Amino acid sequence: MPVAGDVRVAIRTDADVVTARQEARTMGAELGLSSTDLTLLATAISEVARNITTYAGEGEVALRVVERGGRRGVEVVASDEGPGIADLELAMQDGYTTGKGLGLGLPGARRLVDEFELRTALGSGTSIRLVKWTRA
Amino acid sequence: MAVPILKQGPFLIASIQAALTDTDVMRLQDDVMVQVGRFRSRGIVVDVTALDVMDSFVSRSLRGIAHMTRLRGAETVIVGIQPEVAFAMVQLGMNFEDVHTALDLEEGLAFLRQRIDREPDAGGG
Repeated sequence: MPVAGDVRVAIRTDADVVTARQEARTMGAELGLSSTDLTLLATAISEVARNITTYAGEGEVALRVVERGGRRGVEVVASDEGPGIADLELAMQDGYTTGKGLGLGLPGARRLVDEFELRTALGSGTSIRLVKWTRA
Repeated sequence: MAVPILKQGPFLIASIQAALTDTDVMRLQDDVMVQVGRFRSRGIVVDVTALDVMDSFVSRSLRGIAHMTRLRGAETVIVGIQPEVAFAMVQLGMNFEDVHTALDLEEGLAFLRQRIDREPDAGGG
């Protein structure tokens, strides 16, 4: 089955955050994600990509199409080699922030997508994997 | 890209034209505050119809505009939040309860007019 090519967006500035979510919209629309799901996905990407610009300075958002059990989805991996997250449990709590935000970024992003997986190591970076599936 | 701000009588209309970067949003905040002072505006409509994403940063910044302009004696109303965007904001956990919203520009202006009609004349310019 033909699958759209992977897309990688380098994240250095806030304009790159906009590019990443627009690329995801394009990919998701080709798969037939609903308009609402496209918006949820784009918003989640905005949150995780902003985490890169805020805490790590630079990183990458990689997008690809994934398939499972006849459904297709957009997989997003937002990764950086920044400082990592010291207390993951705390970072995933609503309202917790060490930055200037509201602390909704990570817990909020998790609520917007179907799969959310976060790996982090102090001093070596953070990688967040999201998936939004088409509805069966 | 800068957001154009139009003066219409006692009100300002900030009409967002395309996706906003964080830098654009911060500039909008500054511009609105300057214009409210310059024109002694009593209300501001921020039209977000063109926004396909309102993430936590944008939402917080718009709420910031509403709070800051209120301290300057002007009410802000956010108009044109798209249905998908509203859905995403609720899922995200954004609290927008203390911000006035309206369906579209027309409703937003009507809301502001009602508001200044109700208030005693502040006696400004």
